[in-house]
Amino acid sequence: MDISFENVDYIYQPNSPFQFQALKNLSFEIKSGEFVAIVGHTGSGKSTVIQHLNGLLRPTHGKTKIGDFTLTSDHKPKDMKSLREQVGIVFQYPEHQLFEETVEKDISFGPANFGVATEQIKERVKTSIEAVGISTDLLNRSPFELSGGQMRRVAIAGVLAVEPKVLVLDEPTAGLDPKGRKEIMNMFYRLHKEKGLTTILVTHHMEDALKFSDKVIVLEKGTKYLEGSVQEVFSNQARLNKVQLDIPEILTVVKEINNRFGLSIDYQGQSLDELAVQVSVGLKGLKKHE
Amino acid sequence: MNSAFIIGQYIPGESFIHRLDPRTKISLIFFFVIFVFFANSVLSYALLTIFSFLVALSTKIKPSFIIKGLTPVWFLIIFTFTIHLIVTQEGEVLYRILGFPIYSGALIQGFSISLRFFLLILFTSLLTLTTTPIEITDAIESLLNPLKKIRLPVHELALMMSISLRFIPTLMQETDKISKAQASRGVDFRSGSLKSRVEAVIPLLVPLFISAFKRAEELAMAMEARGYRGGEGRTKLRELKIRKLDYLAMILFSLVIAGMFLLRK
Repeated sequence: MDISFENVDYIYQPNSPFQFQALKNLSFEIKSGEFVAIVGHTGSGKSTVIQHLNGLLRPTHGKTKIGDFTLTSDHKPKDMKSLREQVGIVFQYPEHQLFEETVEKDISFGPANFGVATEQIKERVKTSIEAVGISTDLLNRSPFELSGGQMRRVAIAGVLAVEPKVLVLDEPTAGLDPKGRKEIMNMFYRLHKEKGLTTILVTHHMEDALKFSDKVIVLEKGTKYLEGSVQEVFSNQARLNKVQLDIPEILTVVKEINNRFGLSIDYQGQSLDELAVQVSVGLKGLKKHE
Repeated sequence: MNSAFIIGQYIPGESFIHRLDPRTKISLIFFFVIFVFFANSVLSYALLTIFSFLVALSTKIKPSFIIKGLTPVWFLIIFTFTIHLIVTQEGEVLYRILGFPIYSGALIQGFSISLRFFLLILFTSLLTLTTTPIEITDAIESLLNPLKKIRLPVHELALMMSISLRFIPTLMQETDKISKAQASRGVDFRSGSLKSRVEAVIPLLVPLFISAFKRAEELAMAMEARGYRGGEGRTKLRELKIRKLDYLAMILFSLVIAGMFLLRK
């Protein structure tokens, strides 16, 4: 599903002393099948953008288009449910939305709401719980007996079971240990590739943005600050620093090595070992030269 | 969140009313609520109305905001007025609407009761508009202090109150967040049969309760970690102090009330 924002403004509590403009004249496009990272520091409007993606909020001015659905301040699609079925959102700390008696029931909740047949739900529960790496033995346990990490995975499975075409992830790994973070991000990336999803990742983690996304959008005070491919955005260190963001550590390292030894290594997702080889080859080259 | 409803909301400001000691505000409002019921003539009502409007204006909060915020109350006021028109049968018949008699006494009584009601709500909402919840509980604790002699746990009561007030916005945010998360999973809070709408509340309430209990536990632990042991010997960061400003307000208020008694029939 293609997504586009056209000159979107969003104002919270308009005409009150608490009036607050969260989005200002924001325009961008996301093509079907893209993996897009939205970054920006706290209060830059990321969460507000997310809520526009499935019609929880509608723009105060301007227009959002999500696939065939068009939303403006005075027009909302009749079939909101179908929009929400196609756009799955994993909110921050999704484990807070768990409520059912068993893991199985909680995962089935979404599909059941969207009218999926019982037989199919069973199948989807199984595939989605396997996708998030949780044993099917836990299906009959109460979600509240699980560990924090497991609860997170169950909640994510609940969103996946709806089988959305667009997957929106709001800091999906916040508060997880490094191993869990890696596993979950890899899982999302695999799903993105396998099912041809359109994925929108909201994150503070520049490493994740660098590793997974095709495109990066930087928000600042509700407007678009930078937009472009990963290379384009992260080559702009000075501008990123200005809004309290930084380029990923690995890029800093490569840059520093290049500066110090006069090399010109280009980072394109190499592993650390590959980088080490490149560096040593480069250094030997230097020595020979002398 | 319902932005139209302002009762209980605090609007930061620097006005005369904002700077009064909360105890002064609470006591004056308490007396105002009593004395409103003594007004019985056009002039005494007029004096109280003008006084309330002047106080409302002096808070420097936009009048349009206050009026808009009282919208839900307008409905109640109009309702009371209509009931009085229908029920009261005193004085002479003024009009007949669709054959239904409207008595002059009903008109007067309906009007004065509605006005009284309006003044009460306007004046009390000015308290919460200009006073932070913390100030209000501090003031209540200090006003109730004499009751400690009869072993009423005043400090604990005030603490309970300030904690609940403190968590109202948090719970509202939480409700908003969870209802959005569940709406994204296909829950429809707004349409469907009554039964399905009641059922839609469960996925909202269960997580809300769980997080409220968790929060309470965490708060208790955090308080203990910082050495909280009840009110005994506890000092305050913000000491309440009656200043010149407060005496001035009390004198002004007494003058208005005295004037009102003079203008009574």
